[in-house]
Amino acid sequence: MCGIVGLYLKNPALESQLGALFEPMLLAMTDRGPDSAGFAIYGDEVKDGWVKLTLQSNDASHDWKTLMGALEGRLGCSLDWFTNASAAVLKVAAEESAVRTVLRELAPGVRIMSAGQSIEILKGMGLPREIAERFGLAKMKGSHIIGHTRMATESAVTMEGSHPFTTGDDLCLVHNGSLSNHFRLRQELRRHGIEFETENDTEVAAGYLTWRLQQGDSLQHALDHALEELDGFFTFAIGTRNGFAVIRDPIACKPAILAETDDYVAMASEYQALASLPGIDKARVWEPEPATLYIWERA
Amino acid sequence: MKTIDLSLCAVRNLNQALHEQVSQLDDREWVVTHPDGKHNLAVGVNAALSIDIQGHAGYYCAGMNQKATVTVHGNVGVGVAENMMSGAVRVKGSASQAAGATAHGGLLVIEGDAGARCGISMKGIDIVVGGSIGHMSCFMGQAGRLVVCGDAGDALGDSLYETRIYVKGSVKSLGSDCVEKPMRAEHLEELQELLNRAGFDEDPKAFKRYGSARQLYNFKVDNASAY
Repeated sequence: MCGIVGLYLKNPALESQLGALFEPMLLAMTDRGPDSAGFAIYGDEVKDGWVKLTLQSNDASHDWKTLMGALEGRLGCSLDWFTNASAAVLKVAAEESAVRTVLRELAPGVRIMSAGQSIEILKGMGLPREIAERFGLAKMKGSHIIGHTRMATESAVTMEGSHPFTTGDDLCLVHNGSLSNHFRLRQELRRHGIEFETENDTEVAAGYLTWRLQQGDSLQHALDHALEELDGFFTFAIGTRNGFAVIRDPIACKPAILAETDDYVAMASEYQALASLPGIDKARVWEPEPATLYIWERA
Repeated sequence: MKTIDLSLCAVRNLNQALHEQVSQLDDREWVVTHPDGKHNLAVGVNAALSIDIQGHAGYYCAGMNQKATVTVHGNVGVGVAENMMSGAVRVKGSASQAAGATAHGGLLVIEGDAGARCGISMKGIDIVVGGSIGHMSCFMGQAGRLVVCGDAGDALGDSLYETRIYVKGSVKSLGSDCVEKPMRAEHLEELQELLNRAGFDEDPKAFKRYGSARQLYNFKVDNASAY
């Protein structure tokens, strides 16, 4: 069992409250996932030609300042960065691949949680409340956010096994369910050059989508392929630069509920997680159909 | 009338207070406010109470109900009225999956839609749905009646025993051993009575009846030599 939640703001006036609106949603899913939690927040976009990366180190006292200084020297371009608990957010006017290469060389222990122009993925072990407090979720601003509370079944409870998982630039995935063919699929994807860090089944789903999108699939097509290739139970929420998407497996084993008002679209594993949203009494609330893609994106 | 505000007390307090009515029965009318999607509301009630839940309920609402009349002014999560024995449950909104699962008796009315597996393994309950139902509904239904004013999803009535199913709209596909059957006078009469009890103004003649072909669960004497 796990809990997933997502909130996409249609009304930009609410963007300053995104974290405050979302925090109770994440905490309401503690019963479904007390092992670890995380979220992917979209906002604070960098300019074209820049890239934003979220980094995490297992070493709580990691010396980010020295690393950033060395990185600036090697890349020879301006960069901006700040830390948030165990994570660092780096904004740099360079090619992403170049930044990745230099980072791997300078700090092989540092993990890149997300990359893009908008996304920041923050996650870790512990109760959702601890994760929310650690990263200061309630004060965060942005246009949309998806989150996850994990009750581990398929692999160990670690920061790396926590959700969301990145699936490419400004893309990420959270998952409730379990996949039964992840071992075979992981082998296949490795042959296509997709790298994996854990034994986690969701990482394979994320890797699968990354690979399909690299092959030129649209998100819709990638998910159509996923419905055929992924064997198991899933409700997925997928964050994109401009919005978010929800899809359930063809027999709808895992729960999902959606709500929409003039101000927002919200999704959760259970209605409890939506009950704190303003205007929920008047919202259209419904259960998404199996094997059907629901997607909201800004034009 | 007794009002219980779930923003001020726990679900356990609500259910305990309802269970205590079995011996005293001094408050017949109950109102539950701020349900906020909480699970297990009004579960295991065994007294002729009227319980009004003012908002959306979570999983297993009114599960194992006996005698009580429960009305939910909103949607319900998984397994509303599961294993109900008697009484009545009315959902003004829509229900998630497994509505009325394994229930032995009573009436479940869902004014909106019901999700997948509505009436799975039903054993005598009557279920009337104003909207549509999801896939695998009435799987292994043993007894009782299921009425659907909208459409039915895939594999309706798979491995059906003796539940009778009435659907007004389309059926995406029938499950194993589920077949369409003729509507005779007694079926029109039975359906009219169920629609009346549910308060739906529908013409029974617009419905089709589905039931078991009885090829799957009956022992065939031709197979005797296999044993």
